[in-house]
This record gives sequence, C-alpha cells and structure tokens, in this order.
Amino acid sequence: MILQPRARSNQHSGKYALIAPATLLILFIALFPLLYSIIVSFQNIDARTPVGTFVGFKNYHDVLRDARFWNALGNTALIMVVCVLAELVLGFTLAQTLVGHLPGKRFIVPILILPVVIAPLIVGYTWRMLWDTQYGPINQVLGWIAGRPVEIVWLANPATVWPAIFITEIWQWTPFMFLVLLAGLSSINPEYREAAEMDGASGWQVLRFVTLPLVWPVMAVAILFRALDAFKVFDIVFALTNGGPGTMTETVSLYAYTLGFRNFRISYTAALTFVLLIIVSVAITVLWRRLSANEEKLA
Amino acid sequence: MTPTSRRHKRNSYLLRYLIIAIALVFFGFPAFWIATIAFKNSSEYFRNPPVWIPAAPNIQQNLDKVIRTGGLTAVGNSLIVTVCATLIALLVGTLAAYSIARYRTGGNNFAFWILSQRFLPPVAVVFPVFLLFRALRWVDTFQGLIILYATFSLPFVVWMMRSYIREVPIEIEESAQVDGASRLRTIFSITLPLALPGLIATGIFTFIFNWNEFLFALVLSRTNVITYPVKMTSYFGPESAFWGEAATVSLIATVPIVIVTLLMQRYLVTGLTLGAVK
Repeated sequence: MILQPRARSNQHSGKYALIAPATLLILFIALFPLLYSIIVSFQNIDARTPVGTFVGFKNYHDVLRDARFWNALGNTALIMVVCVLAELVLGFTLAQTLVGHLPGKRFIVPILILPVVIAPLIVGYTWRMLWDTQYGPINQVLGWIAGRPVEIVWLANPATVWPAIFITEIWQWTPFMFLVLLAGLSSINPEYREAAEMDGASGWQVLRFVTLPLVWPVMAVAILFRALDAFKVFDIVFALTNGGPGTMTETVSLYAYTLGFRNFRISYTAALTFVLLIIVSVAITVLWRRLSANEEKLA
Repeated sequence: MTPTSRRHKRNSYLLRYLIIAIALVFFGFPAFWIATIAFKNSSEYFRNPPVWIPAAPNIQQNLDKVIRTGGLTAVGNSLIVTVCATLIALLVGTLAAYSIARYRTGGNNFAFWILSQRFLPPVAVVFPVFLLFRALRWVDTFQGLIILYATFSLPFVVWMMRSYIREVPIEIEESAQVDGASRLRTIFSITLPLALPGLIATGIFTFIFNWNEFLFALVLSRTNVITYPVKMTSYFGPESAFWGEAATVSLIATVPIVIVTLLMQRYLVTGLTLGAVK
C-alpha cells in the first residue's frame, strides 16, 4: 500500500500516541515508586526516624542475616515444592481420568475447576471453618472413622498446621493443573497411543514414553506458572494462621507485610522487597525463555 | 468387541468414576459447607458436633447481620473499584495492545516486562506504591485503588488483546483506512467488533482477578473504602468469629463469579496461562 508522506508520519506518531496512556500509568504507579523505594532502601527510615540518612548497603546486609527472613523464605519454598508437586500429581491423575469420551463429563469438569476462580482469601477462611476443632466437620468425620471424638487443633498444633495449609492450597490450585493438563492431553492425537498399544506397550510404557513427552511442554508451563504464583502465597496463610503458631508458617509475603505495614520499618522493608524482586526476576527469566520457545514452535 | 475387552472397558470406567467421585466430594464439599453456614443460625454453626443441614434454612438472618456490619457496603465498594479499574484497563490496555500488535511498538522487551508484572510478589509491588500514595494522600480513596488495580491489570489486558487483535485480518483495516476512516475510528468500529469475544473474555478475567485481590486492598484500605476481602478479615478476630456473616459475604462475592466462569469455560485455560496453553 502506498501511503502519502503525511499519512506515514501520522502512523509513526500514532503508534506512540496509542501506547502513551498505558506508559504514563505504568511510569506513575509502577516504575516511579519502585525507583523511589530503591533510594529508600539505602536509608534508615522507620517509625521513629521519618527523615532518613543514607546508610549504604546496611539494610541489604541485615536482610541477608535476618533469621526470620530465611525462615520465611524456607516456608515459602516448602509450600511451593510440596503443593506444586501434589497439585501436579493429582491434577495429572484427574486429567488422565477425564480425557477422552466419558458420559457426564460436561457436568463433572465445571465442578472440578471452580476453586480456581474463588478468591484465595475466601478459600482460606472457608477452610479455617472446616479445620475448626469444635465446630468443623473435618474432626467430626475423623471421629466417625476413629469411633471416638477427635479434637485436633489443626491450625495451632505444630504437627498438623503444615498439612492443613498444604491441603487448603492444594484444594484451590489442583484444578488449575487439572484444567491446563486436560487441555494438553486432549490435544494429543490418540493415534500415537493406539499405535504404541498395538505394538504391545504396557499402560505404564505408554504413559512414560508417549503421553508424558507429548504433554511435557504444556506441563512445564503449568509448573512454572504455579511455582511463581506459589512464591507469592499470602491470602490463604493470612486467613488460616497469619503465620502462626509463632512465626512457624510465616511466608515471605507475610513477613514483608508485617515489617512494612505493622512495624513501619520502611527502609528495611524496601530492601527486603527488593531482594524478593531480584529472586523472582531470575525465575521469570527462565519462564520467559520457555514461553518464547513455545511461541516460536507454534508460529 | 471380545467379552474380555468389554469387561476391561467396564472396569476402567468403574475406576474412572471412582476417582471422579472422590474428587467431586473433595472439591465440592467446602462449597457445600460454606453455603450451609450462610443458611444456618449461630446456634447451628456453633454446635458440637456440627450440624450438616440447617433445620430451617434461612439466609435472611445472616444477611441482616451482614448489612448491619457494613458487609454489603464493602461488596458495593469492591464493585465500584473493580468495574472502574477493569474499564480503564480495557480502554488503555487495548489501545496499547493495538499499537504493539500492528507496529511492534516497544519490541520484545515490552512483552517481557508485561509478563514480569504478572508474577512479581504483590507485597513487593505495593510497598513502593504505598509510599507514593501516602505522599499524595491517596490512601483509603477510590481513585487510589482504582488507578492501582487498573495499572496492574494492564499487563494482562495488553498481553491478551495483543494476540486477539493479531487474529483480525489487517486487510479489513486497510480498506477502512483507504475509505478515509481515522485510526481511532478504525480501531473502534472495525477491529474491536471483530475481536469482541476476546475483549469480553479479557474483561471478565480482569474483573475476576481484581475482584479476588486482597493484599493491595488490605494495605490501602482504612475506613472509607473497605473492599469485601478486607471486610472479611474483621469477621475473624483473635477472640471472635462471625461465621454467618463471613459465609454470607463469601457466597455473595462468589456466586456471580462462578456463574460467569461456567459461561466462559472455553476461555479459562487461555486466560489463566496468558495464552501459553490454548
């Protein structure tokens, strides 16, 4: 198409005009505050010192030697590893169960995916009521099985608090894995499977050498999405235990929240959140490589 | 089909339905429980052993308590914030997405930046924003929350709309422009109507993400603009528990989302994985 000179220069300025509102919002709300908080992280502002002086890398140095920070980071990693693994296994099992023709599938799938769209905070409070020692149905059902009253204090007992958090988190996010893996499995041509079975492959061999390699690109994306989201975990733990008993189940997001918005250690929180940003940025770079590789494959 | 393979098939159906039955109980029960609490009175939900089915199901008593404690106001605040933020994000984000889809504005780095926003820990993001809003006196205001939610919805909107706009054949736009339509006119009367299903799906997902958001609101709400998740925290004190109120607010906040999700099922995977899985 031949453009008039005027039209061409219009197009050039036009493409930036279209992107300007978004860029301004982002500069104003995301980028500018971030730069400001980097400056703050090198100062010593807290509730008692509203005007700070520069202290160099002291805050960063303290963050890296903060036992409570490492405890929170370890807890976050624990939730990430245990839950994402469990969600993967359960989600894959469910997806395998429901892939292909199955009478009633139209009504089953919608019920299984609902937890994904419920607010995590609501999920947390709902399960807080389910885990309740006296009025919760979980102890009641366990009591039926055991044949005597069960009175486990799920959320305050160090031995049971982790399983309670894991199960709640797994309840909410297994459906995500299931849904994504169901999409992945459904797109596999059944002929591959049939050909392998024809050649005498066992069910396990079909799974290991046909299904898994074919679904792996989708699975990798699902794992990375879940792992990066699990790193942010806040709402569910906030509702269930608020990090307790003590700081036993505190995650990095909870710790940063307490530091910044309850204790007002402004500069220290700025440094800590910046350390978090660096950790996550590295992880996202990995995800980005994976996604752009996928996009090239599709294109 | 031979009898053995038929029996094999029947057994495999049996196993599949067994797994499904367990899954349905596990994933369905919490929803059932929260719904029954909303329809119980407090002597029923605070009883040991727990009552499963309320004797006289009635949500009115809990609804009255929700209204008295400001729960419905909080749901209304959430609605105002979420709707405004979603509309702003859709408008601003779609224009940017158009520019990126058609002219590759910003190149690859822009796309990467968008992706990174989706995964940054909200607590790390909101802390600097809190410092800014405190200086602007925007803490505890509608404009503060709306602008914040709109901005952090932009990555999702831009990313999704970019791919939906790419699917609109460029030739249609070119012929409109040859006929003398301006660029904005072309976008609004040609491109967007053709990308409408994608625009609606993007809008609904943006709405759901903002509707479910808790941490931003927790940090930036005080007394004026309390959203429903922040309100829910007040139902669970160290010494108190307002289960009926909490369950009723949960129900009010969740049922519409669930209905919409069922209608949008087709788009769910794409929406949840930023289009990485279709």
